Amino acid sequence: MKKVYVNEDWCLACHLCEYYCAAANSGAPNMIKAFAGGKKPIPRIKVEEGSGISFAVQCRHCDEPLCVKGCITGALSVKDGVISCDESRCVGCYTCVMSCPYGCIVISEDSKVIQKCDLCVKNNNGDPACVKGCPNKAIVLEER
Amino acid sequence: MALNYYQPLFEVIRDKERCIKCQACARQCANLVHSYDEELDVMVSDPTECVDCQRCVSICPTRALKITDNPNTFRRNSNWSMQIMTEVYKQADSGGVLLSAMGNPKEYPVYWDKILLNASQVTNPPIDPLREPMETKVFLGKKPRNVKFNKDGTVNTDISPTLELSTPIMFSAMSYGSISKNAHESLARAATELGIYYNTGEGGLHRDFYKYGPNTIVQVASGRFGVFKDYLETGAAVEIKMGQGAKPGIGGHLPGAKILEDISKTRMIPMGADAISPAPHHDIYSIEDLRQLVYSLKEATCYKKPIIVKIAAVHNVAAIASGIARSGADIIAIDGYRGGTGAAPTRIRDNVGIPIELALASVDQRLRDEGIRNEVSVVVAGSVRSSADVVKAIALGADAVYIGTAALLALGCHLCRSCQTGKCNWGIATQRPDLVKRLNPEIGYKRLVNLVHAWDHEIKEMMGGMGINSIEALRGNRLMLRGIGLTEKELEVLGIQHAGQ
Repeated sequence: MKKVYVNEDWCLACHLCEYYCAAANSGAPNMIKAFAGGKKPIPRIKVEEGSGISFAVQCRHCDEPLCVKGCITGALSVKDGVISCDESRCVGCYTCVMSCPYGCIVISEDSKVIQKCDLCVKNNNGDPACVKGCPNKAIVLEER
Repeated sequence: MALNYYQPLFEVIRDKERCIKCQACARQCANLVHSYDEELDVMVSDPTECVDCQRCVSICPTRALKITDNPNTFRRNSNWSMQIMTEVYKQADSGGVLLSAMGNPKEYPVYWDKILLNASQVTNPPIDPLREPMETKVFLGKKPRNVKFNKDGTVNTDISPTLELSTPIMFSAMSYGSISKNAHESLARAATELGIYYNTGEGGLHRDFYKYGPNTIVQVASGRFGVFKDYLETGAAVEIKMGQGAKPGIGGHLPGAKILEDISKTRMIPMGADAISPAPHHDIYSIEDLRQLVYSLKEATCYKKPIIVKIAAVHNVAAIASGIARSGADIIAIDGYRGGTGAAPTRIRDNVGIPIELALASVDQRLRDEGIRNEVSVVVAGSVRSSADVVKAIALGADAVYIGTAALLALGCHLCRSCQTGKCNWGIATQRPDLVKRLNPEIGYKRLVNLVHAWDHEIKEMMGGMGINSIEALRGNRLMLRGIGLTEKELEVLGIQHAGQ
């Protein structure tokens, strides 16, 4: 299965992936509207940086996902290798947030449910927005 | 300084309705023009150090940025232009020589734009390159005067070593040091995929790039940086650099600050030591001396590699080229006054040398008149901007062209002409690791391959229009050219007729 991978050699720490991710999952038709009026939609990808190294981190879509195992309501599930969250079932217990070893599950703006990378299968973006938006091809979608 | 005699050249215009404060501009500007004020939650900019490299404009995800000329003007004066006045102020501040980078930007005539190409009509039909074979392959090097055969019909003539190019375009000499490792890797990989050559420049060859040797021209310049046995043996050809179009008559100076570990190893000089290329080769003061170096290099490479001699286009270029042809060199490279550089004194770049179009025409004519045109191939450089320039150069008599600036543009360069600062935001003319990584060779080499493929298609289309199906039949075919808006003397030097004749 194709997954999103990051090559830190080419990551520029421009943080644009975060903005492309947030905009793509905001439901707004474009980036300007997604951030209009001081709105700050939360991205599901995060650039970690320090000591001259940087790379973007988002859900690894683990083969044995601890988040799915720990989910008390069955909101998190694996379909075709993609782990996604059914927000109507999430009760905001944050067990998954604590169990994810990569810190890739984030809490939504209204703090009621969690949100995570689902490889942009639920929005109208097609390929993952972070992959399309990366200016240096540091983020790639490929089979490994 | 409390008193600013001159103002920033550019102004940053930010469309606040479009800006989402993602701070990509602030994170990407090595000149620290943009910043984010957390307290006020606004993006602010100070254009003082802006060089108009367009990096922020290109990376802005909402196209909220524009860089424009600063509309502030000094009192208009046709003689004392704002630029000239600013340069005086700068020198009064610093007491130093003005430095510039890339090619001469002054408004001198561009002869390529005053030459028109021919096309066939009726009697000599044009050829459709999509339907019929079209040859753009060229061989650079000495051509035999005549061919002898054995009794069984096999050829009995010694052929000098040549370079085989799939299309008559090569990447100009740009040293590792003046450009980044990633830029070098992009050029090397593109040349390999395209079946052409790139040139190491005078900075030696990084160990990682020895594998691209069959598509590498290694340069020997006055500083002799990084020249040793393996280097000479690895290249497909050896180029002796006598001069450079952007700065004829002077040497080079790579500041010690740029001589980091890798560059110091590649150039074989101590870390932090200035890399100074003398203006002359201290062992060359005559054509006979040049001949000695040509044959030393031939000897060192077992007569298996062609030797190129590169000179800047200067006033008596035809006579110099004639001497070089007689020195034993296989290829002459001529670099016109609009050729690029990583750093040159502004006055030299803007005032020394002659246009490559005129230099090429007079060199080709001189070599033909003397009956030695077959002794050398002629490669021209110094602002070949498009496939049309390539076709015109070949028709004026060139065997191939070198492209430097166009290749850098393909890698992202926006000609801000600030290479000498070492803060290239595109990761090309810099050695700062955080900036170098901005040029991903995986992207870079594909863009170079695309560019040369596109030009090759266009060359074939223009040749087809003229009814020519082989680049060999175009070389020196000045009947295919007509001048427009040129004087009698210019037409005479170019060896072409005026449009309508």
